[in-house]
Amino acid sequence: MSQKGADKAVSITSRLSYGLAAFALLYLIFLYGPLFFLPLFAFNDSTFIAFPLKGFTTKWFEAALSDEEMLTALWNSIKVGVVAATAATALGLLAAKAITRYDFAGRGAVTGFIMLPLFVPEIMLGIALLVLLNQIGIPLSLYSVVIAHVILCTPFAISVLTSRLEGFDRSLEEASMDLGEGPWMTFWRVTFPLVMPGIVSSFLLCFIVSFDDFLISFFVTGTEQTLPVYIWSQLRFPRKLPGVLAMGAMILLASCVLVVLAEWVRRIGVDDKPNVGV
Amino acid sequence: MAQASLQHKNAHNNTARLGDRFDAFLRRSETASGYALLSPTMIVMILGLGAPLLLLIAYSFWTQLPPEQGIGVDTTPTFDRYAQVFSEPIYVDVFWRTMAISGLVTAFTVALGYPMAYYVAFHVQRYKFVWLILLTIPFWTSYLLRAFAWKIILGFNGVINSGLLSLGLITQPLEFLLYSPTAVVLTLSHAYAAFAILPIYVSLEKIDRSLLEASADLGDGPWASFWRVTLPLSMPGVIAAAVLIFVPVAGDYVTPSLVGGPEGQMIGTLIQVQFLRVGDWPFGAALALSAMAGVAILVILFTAATRLATRSIR
Repeated sequence: MSQKGADKAVSITSRLSYGLAAFALLYLIFLYGPLFFLPLFAFNDSTFIAFPLKGFTTKWFEAALSDEEMLTALWNSIKVGVVAATAATALGLLAAKAITRYDFAGRGAVTGFIMLPLFVPEIMLGIALLVLLNQIGIPLSLYSVVIAHVILCTPFAISVLTSRLEGFDRSLEEASMDLGEGPWMTFWRVTFPLVMPGIVSSFLLCFIVSFDDFLISFFVTGTEQTLPVYIWSQLRFPRKLPGVLAMGAMILLASCVLVVLAEWVRRIGVDDKPNVGV
Repeated sequence: MAQASLQHKNAHNNTARLGDRFDAFLRRSETASGYALLSPTMIVMILGLGAPLLLLIAYSFWTQLPPEQGIGVDTTPTFDRYAQVFSEPIYVDVFWRTMAISGLVTAFTVALGYPMAYYVAFHVQRYKFVWLILLTIPFWTSYLLRAFAWKIILGFNGVINSGLLSLGLITQPLEFLLYSPTAVVLTLSHAYAAFAILPIYVSLEKIDRSLLEASADLGDGPWASFWRVTLPLSMPGVIAAAVLIFVPVAGDYVTPSLVGGPEGQMIGTLIQVQFLRVGDWPFGAALALSAMAGVAILVILFTAATRLATRSIR
């Protein structure tokens, strides 16, 4: 390529780079902009969600935090989320270990089946579970929501944990066995600590998925509502809206913090070689 | 595909090294150990995913008893529910509308997500992970709240209308903003935007940079290089992103209920109504399964067509 051609290519590339950077910025505004209206109107001193803004107030947050029904729903969601995330992470850890450690017949098909919830619309999972629970006579309750969320979250847990286990140096386990540890002690003292960041990250992400889920929960919730189902039922009442916005703003903030935490934990020790004090 | 080739390679090495019989034994024990470790997850998934879906299929061949005969279903197998789905034009019409909406949403999100993923993969040198976290946060935040934010924005007294009114730019609220298919497409495109970035980013990041240098050395300009090297190699990510967006959008019922209005309803809304309000579960099951079969066929056609097109570029 001639010098002139090369210069032209470079100038196109650098112009492109500025263009892309500008686009990226606009994209972030598009992504986050609409979400800012939730906290904005949650702090607005008016029942109406409209401009012009009337003034600053924290009374909607006080209303949300003293609304017994909303707090009950929040507590239900936390309980469901913790149980579902724990179960999904445990199931995900076993499956991820089997998938990454053993090369067995039918691995692709079995993995595909377990990961199915990622590729089926949630409404299908919701109605299918509703039909089954009804058929075997299990009443809808927080337990049925937990079952649904375990099914929904396990594929997420597996994908987080598989990526963690793939970079795992198996010779560390072999060394432990050679030094006389049994399989359980090897798991407990070698595998577990190395996979720990993946486990924490998986738990946090599963918790968020469960906590935020509405699409499936709507079908399998009984009289005890989770928070998204409660929020949905309140959207019809304009008077309740500012309180819902305040709760929504708090949920968004909490979700962001948890996601950043989960991502940060997941990356611990990923780039450098696993470093254990032998 | 990578897994299959890896398995093949392992199998080949083992055969060469250890002999056929030992290899067979090893594989059997690997299979046994693998399934032993996998069994708890498998059992839960069979009970919580396989069984419900099979029962749903069974339901679609049954008949709901009228209320006066008590609550229950007649389990004599029949195709009547499917005939009902296809004979009433509203269901077929809403299915195609749903496909059109999902297709538009997929096209928008992928078209907007691609340059974004490209920027992070090729132009961001430092703090790449900060960008990645910023782009993944919305993926994990409440879908209900993201959809609801748009109702606030587009509503009759919403952000746009009240904003324009208070600025004096309009005297009447714009009514077309909310309760229309356009509002549904806009809301869903925003809600699913984050789904497009990661798969495309991963496929871009995997591209061997020396291929781009080779293409430049051989006289391709930046555009030709992109068109002939980067784009074809990133197509698996684009296809993954498209499927990851198209399928859940096709089953959505929250956004159409919030901002769709009568003209913006989707197949998910009709399914939801059958199960939670009308209570005709066999018909709801037939409707849901027909829609899913339609979605699956379209996804397979789309994937095949995209692969063919990619091959013709190369």
